[in-house]
Amino acid sequence: MAKLARKVALVGAGMSKFGNHFPVKRNPDLWIDAWLNASKSVDNGIEPKDIDACYVGNYSSDLFNHQGHLGPQMANLVGLTPKPAPRFEGACASSGIALRQAIIAIASGIHDVIAVCGVECMTELPTAGVTDVLATASDSLFEFPAGATFPGLYGTLASAHFKQYGTTAEDLMRVGIKNHENGAENPYAQMQQSIKDMMASKKKRYEEQGRDIPDWNDEFDFLKSSSNPIIAYPLRLFDCSLITDGSACLFLASGDKAKRFTDTPIWITGTGQGSAALSLHDRDNLTSFIAAREASRQAYEMSKLKPKDIQIAEVHDCFTIAEIVAMEDLGFYEKGKAVEAIRNGESKRDGSLPINTSGGLKSKGHPVGASGAAMPVEIFKQMRGVAERNRQVKFDVERALTHNLGGSGGTCVVTIYEK
Amino acid sequence: MSDIDKDFTIQNYLEFLENKKLMGSKCKDCGTLYTPVRKLCPKCNTANMEWMEMSGEGELAAFTSITVGTPYFIQKGYDRNNPYCFSIIKLKEGSMVSAQLVGVDEKNPETIKIGMPVKVKFLETEIKGETKTDLGFEPA
Ligand SMILES: [Zn+2]
Repeated sequence: MAKLARKVALVGAGMSKFGNHFPVKRNPDLWIDAWLNASKSVDNGIEPKDIDACYVGNYSSDLFNHQGHLGPQMANLVGLTPKPAPRFEGACASSGIALRQAIIAIASGIHDVIAVCGVECMTELPTAGVTDVLATASDSLFEFPAGATFPGLYGTLASAHFKQYGTTAEDLMRVGIKNHENGAENPYAQMQQSIKDMMASKKKRYEEQGRDIPDWNDEFDFLKSSSNPIIAYPLRLFDCSLITDGSACLFLASGDKAKRFTDTPIWITGTGQGSAALSLHDRDNLTSFIAAREASRQAYEMSKLKPKDIQIAEVHDCFTIAEIVAMEDLGFYEKGKAVEAIRNGESKRDGSLPINTSGGLKSKGHPVGASGAAMPVEIFKQMRGVAERNRQVKFDVERALTHNLGGSGGTCVVTIYEK
Repeated sequence: MSDIDKDFTIQNYLEFLENKKLMGSKCKDCGTLYTPVRKLCPKCNTANMEWMEMSGEGELAAFTSITVGTPYFIQKGYDRNNPYCFSIIKLKEGSMVSAQLVGVDEKNPETIKIGMPVKVKFLETEIKGETKTDLGFEPA
């Protein structure tokens, strides 16, 4: 059974404000913001001299920003050269992989303290260009000629889930409504607005323009209206995560070094990574991600925890359907049963298993290569009881999980945290 | 048994497509069928394949109707008011392929039913004077 040879702790975590930042902020600026916020979160402070390596997760600065070789560039900005600065790529799981490799390096004894960087600046390209770059994470040989886009691949998976389990468009909407309610409470989120807030501001704008004020009764009315167009059936605009610029920074330390930085480290007790065929047509199952099932199996086994032991989770809701599938792949619910839990409000902040209290990729934003490092930032805050505004869960979080999916599920990284 | 003497490469698979043949490769050791073609059977770790022409019959396994398309499909003339369907087809022979689904009401995707029988339709697109053939399916 795989295990960590040394204890590994998360001793600091922070992120830049996520949003539409280019050209005001680019990769280096975003990363420095994340670094400063993470540094502030370390109880006894942390200095570059304390750190042995900088592990960088980034999907595609090459195509987004015409800049490769990001590892040393990021390391140098925070005083970490000439230390090792590798870069990891696994589509949207890039910084989840960087985190996992940092955990493995510390556990192995090669390094004692590592700074993990997740960074992506997407809005340097127009939306069509971003769509094109994201699509290269799918199978360009055989999915491209058939017209696959990223929302298209998840729409396809959603159609299979609808057919097999009776999942509905309203279930997808419930995920989006919940994540926007959470994001409204996150000062680092890109869209700090609930769906209700958005409806109100839209009505106000229509009124000011002297146009007919829409008579939406509730969020569902709004989400079924022309204000929320179909992007890739059954997915509408509000089923898709955002195009985002942002960065996140994590400080990891070995068990014996962790105490130098804080009296209350968050222990990383499980890590797992899985893979799957890049093309959906090469997979046996269109309603579940085998990479996620494999990654979570490894992480649970390592931590000796079971799905029912997890109290909160940040999961990869690049599209609303992905959150539903994640809840099932992680073993929180049986196949086809997650929607029941969602209808009962179990994944809300005050529910029995809060999911994506940060707002998720849906509302917090999805700077693809940074998302895997931003998830533990929320876990770190929730476990220490310092989540901003009104989104701190009302119980003491002792065990948490992050689930970071790459592309259309070709890669998944799962990490488990304990106090 | 097939007597086609061509290497099991992507290029050869694509050339068959251009000639309106949907081909797969079948592992002579375990019988597993691969579409698109593979030279190596990952189950057996052997490269003991034979070409097989597919019947072109199958059923719709999953699909979407896309209003915000790829540059290639925008070039083909699709847009928000003229969406197209990306689909996964389960072939009668057992394997799956990605393909455009045509001959359906893309603007009313709720009328398109998973499980419906489909048959192959090779789709020709003319770009800069050259004709390109892509894999498509339509209701049978
Ligand atoms: Zn075989």
